[in-house]
Amino acid sequence: MRVTEVAAHGWDASQAALPAWSLPKDAVDRIALPMRWPEQVTREWAVGGSTGKGAKVCILDSGVEKGHPLVGELENAVVISIGENEEIVAEEDTEGDVSGHGTACAGIVHALAPDCSISSVRVLGSTFTGSGAVLLGGLRYAVEQGFDVINMSLSTTKKPFAGVLHELADSAYFKRTVLVASAHNMPVESYPWRFSSVISVGSHEEPDPLAFFYNPSPPVEFFARGVNVEVPWLGGRSLTVSGNSFATPHMTAICALILAKHPELTPFQLKSVLYLTATNVGGEK
Amino acid sequence: MTEKSELQAAVAAGVVGSEDAFRALLSAIVEVARSIFGAKASSILLLDEETEELVFEAVVGEGEDSLLGTRFPAGKGIAGWVLATRTPLVIEDVQQDPRFAKDVAEGTGYVPSGLMAAPLLHDERALGVLSVLDRPEQSLFTLKEMELLGLFANQASIAVDLLLKARKAERVLGQEDGELEVVARLAAAVDALEDSRREAGLRLLRELADMLGG
Repeated sequence: MRVTEVAAHGWDASQAALPAWSLPKDAVDRIALPMRWPEQVTREWAVGGSTGKGAKVCILDSGVEKGHPLVGELENAVVISIGENEEIVAEEDTEGDVSGHGTACAGIVHALAPDCSISSVRVLGSTFTGSGAVLLGGLRYAVEQGFDVINMSLSTTKKPFAGVLHELADSAYFKRTVLVASAHNMPVESYPWRFSSVISVGSHEEPDPLAFFYNPSPPVEFFARGVNVEVPWLGGRSLTVSGNSFATPHMTAICALILAKHPELTPFQLKSVLYLTATNVGGEK
Repeated sequence: MTEKSELQAAVAAGVVGSEDAFRALLSAIVEVARSIFGAKASSILLLDEETEELVFEAVVGEGEDSLLGTRFPAGKGIAGWVLATRTPLVIEDVQQDPRFAKDVAEGTGYVPSGLMAAPLLHDERALGVLSVLDRPEQSLFTLKEMELLGLFANQASIAVDLLLKARKAERVLGQEDGELEVVARLAAAVDALEDSRREAGLRLLRELADMLGG
């Protein structure tokens, strides 16, 4: 059986008038979701023909260089700061990329999902002190914008931030924003990649940019290409780079390809599709 | 060193070890890192939290004569990214990046073509960055090397933490009205005594230490 599309279930929680935490007997029919899944979820079903068109991706990083030929046009670019009353301030980013890293991530996403929209939320480069607050502010801003996928190639080791990050990650999860986060390359405790509501990514050494592996021994859930990757960098140039922070945008791009084709998928369902189509999971790809 | 500062350093060393010893340890770490990776240079950058700058604390190989003590802003560049995100990263052909050259080679003319950088993490703090510059061009980077880099960074962060503690101890002892200045004065007073009075002074200090639970 070939199913061309998972049907939109069209369920709106705000209009359902259901009690928040329970399901009365007579309400069962009201939440019936006419989802149709193929007998076997394959790569072809998941991403075949998708260019990422319609998917909105956010690069939460050091900014993205505007006009880089390997990145394409940006949808939007803001820089985050914290105001006098500790409010989050998002202003147009005129500086671009302060390190090159955000441009590299955007380039990886653009190469694999050329038609997805890419926005930059810069959380680095203003001051070093207080960078943690800016990071949290940037993530909160990005979650509020309703992006489909947020690429977070960074983490924090500060335990006091873990609670807020956890709350933001869960909030994203329930708002259907997929948070793709780099696992740490070193054996240290850092966040948010350890949370189960995010898609955490480590590196594999294969050259195939679409090869990704499900890890049956979490907390790192997936491995994507992260070694010797050619990426755009500052000044319109390219470099070869390695690290989990470059594996993450590969996974972000794969998520964008899937969500562009199947926009109804929740983060929970998307993770299941990733599992079923992972390179190391049995069955037709 | 003046007599007083020698004394302060001695007391500080007695508390946490000496700055010289930890600097030597940092140098040894970058030397081994350079050698293991077959790289041209290796360095340790430390964050100066007051000025928000990164400072070269240990350098071996290219630039070792000129880079030591050099500073640049901690918020930008590749080292800045590694520090702020606490994430290691490996880059090749870096001479294409004008900002990278500024980071590492300001005033030296040495522009590396490859960089491995890992954050120096201690507890929840990022103390600085370990860099290894210009691995052999013919060798492709592997995840095993990333792991090795992380191990070196871990070792370096322990040494850096000790160095920072030694500096803090010296700073505290050096303050005229500092709470611990009395320790330095006591040590100086006893040190100036001779023979039996010195012995009695030391005995008194030992008694005091015992009484305070030391």
